[in-house]
Amino acid sequence: MPTSLIDADSLLAIDIGSVTTRVVLFDVVDGRYRFLASGSAVSTANAPFNDIGEGIRNALDRLHSVTGRKFVGKDERLIIPSRSDGAGVDTVAATISAGPSLKVVLVGLLENVSLKSVKHLANTTYSQVVETFGLTDYRSLEARLDTFLRIQPDLILVAGGTNNGASQSVLKLLDIVGLASYQTPQERRPEILYVGNQALAKNVKRSLGRIAPLHLASNVRPTLDVEQLDAAQVKLADITRTIRSRQISGVKELNSWTKGGLLPTATAFGRVIRFLNKVYDSNKGVLGIDLGASATTIAVAYSDDLVQCVLPQFGLGDGLATLLEHCTLGNILRWLDLDIPKDYVRQYIYNKSLYPASLPATPEDLAIEQALARQVIQLSIKQIRGRLPENDFGDRGDLLPAFEPIVVSGSVFTRAPNMAQGLLTVLDGLQPTGVTTVVLDQHHLSPTLGAAAAINPILAVQVLESSTFLNLATVISPVGDAKSGTPILRIKVIYENGSEASAEIKQGSLKVIQLSAGQHAQVHLQPLHRFDVGMGGPGRGGRIQVTGGALGVVVDARGRPIRLDKNPANRREMINTWRNELGC
Amino acid sequence: MLASITHIIPLTTIRRERFLPVAGRLLVRTGQKVSTTDVVGEAKVNSEHLLLDLVRGLGVPAGKADNFLQCKAGDRVLQDDVLAGPVGLTKRVLRAPGNARVIVAGEGQVLLELESPPMELKAGLPGTVIDLLADRGVVIETTGALIQGVWGNGEIDYGLMIVLARSPDDELTVDRLDVSLRGSIVMGGYCQDVEVLKTATSLPLRGLILASMDPSLMPIASKIKIPVILIEGFGNLPMNSAAYKLLSTNDQREVSLNAEQWDRFTGVRPEIIIPLPAPGEPPLPPDADRFSVGQQVRVVRAPHKSEIGTIIEIRVGMIPLPSGLMAPSAEIRLESGENALLPLANLEVLE
Repeated sequence: MPTSLIDADSLLAIDIGSVTTRVVLFDVVDGRYRFLASGSAVSTANAPFNDIGEGIRNALDRLHSVTGRKFVGKDERLIIPSRSDGAGVDTVAATISAGPSLKVVLVGLLENVSLKSVKHLANTTYSQVVETFGLTDYRSLEARLDTFLRIQPDLILVAGGTNNGASQSVLKLLDIVGLASYQTPQERRPEILYVGNQALAKNVKRSLGRIAPLHLASNVRPTLDVEQLDAAQVKLADITRTIRSRQISGVKELNSWTKGGLLPTATAFGRVIRFLNKVYDSNKGVLGIDLGASATTIAVAYSDDLVQCVLPQFGLGDGLATLLEHCTLGNILRWLDLDIPKDYVRQYIYNKSLYPASLPATPEDLAIEQALARQVIQLSIKQIRGRLPENDFGDRGDLLPAFEPIVVSGSVFTRAPNMAQGLLTVLDGLQPTGVTTVVLDQHHLSPTLGAAAAINPILAVQVLESSTFLNLATVISPVGDAKSGTPILRIKVIYENGSEASAEIKQGSLKVIQLSAGQHAQVHLQPLHRFDVGMGGPGRGGRIQVTGGALGVVVDARGRPIRLDKNPANRREMINTWRNELGC
Repeated sequence: MLASITHIIPLTTIRRERFLPVAGRLLVRTGQKVSTTDVVGEAKVNSEHLLLDLVRGLGVPAGKADNFLQCKAGDRVLQDDVLAGPVGLTKRVLRAPGNARVIVAGEGQVLLELESPPMELKAGLPGTVIDLLADRGVVIETTGALIQGVWGNGEIDYGLMIVLARSPDDELTVDRLDVSLRGSIVMGGYCQDVEVLKTATSLPLRGLILASMDPSLMPIASKIKIPVILIEGFGNLPMNSAAYKLLSTNDQREVSLNAEQWDRFTGVRPEIIIPLPAPGEPPLPPDADRFSVGQQVRVVRAPHKSEIGTIIEIRVGMIPLPSGLMAPSAEIRLESGENALLPLANLEVLE
């Protein structure tokens, strides 16, 4: 795009994580927006600071030392707009994931209708659903009231009734919400978001508006078979920002730098994944996964839909203390490439939750950290699987549908000693199907670009189109059933220079086909034994154009799901064979 | 780089804010001396409600029930006060089942908020109340030794500390707990036997200070009603030498245990306070610091977990670790005399 069409403002993106505060600078270079540099520092949202300012300041100092550009004036304030001497920035975009999970109470009519949708809504931000009240709740009014008061939620999400549908039963549920709010001391009254039957909006305002901070958004279930979260999600992001502003100093000021555009990190991440889905214009959806210390976020965009889930219980920091409530220790041990006593692994999990910012300094700790990441990915995908589109593998409904691309973010990938370890963690955890590209958000730009898109969409497009996101590999994952060692796929690669390479892929193997990063090649796939590579059905192959990633093209023929040997020694040998093939 | 801090200090001024969850009533005044378990404030938190149905209670038609009401929203009523009635020949009435406040009266129903015991805020440490924070909390100050832990079970108590740990890595076994320890706080090392926790509760002890604990004991340790504090964490971890020395040299002294769970957002963490007289007013410990050469640090993660050392050099740039990761790191002289290169993220400053 010519420079003249660009609103050539520099942009500073700020992301406040629970462990790390990152600042990223974008500016125009040669007529296009580019990611220039980033800086990071320890977050200061927690005690003793409870003020994000110090963390931002330290991260800006790092950015200053990298770029030489001055961002903070003599008055200790951010320089906005930029000055003629190059100091400062023109615009700011910001995201935040720091702060305790919001305690949320859900109120709705039917478990599988409005309550389900309002739960999906709650899952789009950093929340913990602490109680649910529905039509089939047979507790007495006073028992429900006492429960409400005991919980002291930060937020109540109320849904129920299709538009112009049920009204009396919704109003009855609202009575209890109003009573509970009225009985709560003024300073602790929860925010209430009403996303039910829109015909009742006036009644809701009248009955609840004077009691507690009330917000209205369009019905999350306008008809029985339609779920619409978009408008409610925007409102929920606003409410999250309001609550964070109350809880943490500096959030209000950060929001003012962004002219009111501060977003929860997960919301911004979802926005980028949706955007990528439009850019890629593929029949497949785009899958994004962000493994953070405070939560794991999964976002899937397909057609015009975005399915998003924020899972604080699966964060790789504090959340680890409860991980063993969701899976067995064996589920984690199975991914270890080293012989580590199970007691040590169990202790590791609890001790890591005490020190979420600590780093794996030994090979053993790193192996555990990556095993945990694999398990957390699996658990997270399981949570969202029912809301994803059907796959094309017939009765194998348990498998993921094919995505293009898969975007991964999080320090467990970006800090991995080599890219192969990051890729193998993704492949083991997600177990993708068909043909896909795995892309690494190596500078953790996704959320910031999501927030930046609202201010400067051209910047978001141009940075996403640049090579800032690292293409790790094109991955081909055949699906089918065969004994280990059986040939299941013939593959022929025709490189741009006309040279060719062929390989026969055996079940149970992981094979790297060399293709330099950015180079294109034609790949002919010929599945055997009715294996399915996502090209129209079992046994169907064909020709595809692929682009080499940092690790070339990877054929993951380890089966779906991956079957790991039950004998620990054999299993470790198997895992190490795969690691060696990939170059871990 | 900002460093996290753990306090293990022989003599310091300790100042703590103690907050009610909601506005309530403070029961102390400025200058008042309090002990660890003294209640310094109370608030109505978990009130219980009761809904009375006039139609059923009085036996009148729904449309007429409200005519018999003798209370209105906001009224305070005592047990057996008449809320509605009398009705009919038998002069049937509806009475308050206990002292309460009327929340709603009408449409054939009376909703009462029953008087219930208020939530009590304990001092959490022995000291002097130096400030009252409106109707929300108090500031208490004392002087003494302060040892912060990493995990606590939420309980608070105080008592005479008996040191049973013969070394930092000693294991506390059930046969070492006997009736002579009743009412005391026991300082042990590592604990892996659930019977230790059960015996500690049944004697009862007034608290347990442990270096570390097997993670399998966490569910029980979380539930028992005596405070349990871990200094190091989970697994067989020896107590760091600074904490061990400080605790063991204060054997037979009165100590206060506040085993609140570590909340990084609020900064609340489990603490052991040994009240000691101090000449003058020792300085308050710092809440935040940056890593610098000469600082005493504790290693929070393998390798060298729980060991104490001194920073002798902070390396410039990102340093490769044995795991292959790159991280800002420092050279540490450990107490053993060995030098180790460790990531700053795995260190906390002891001050």
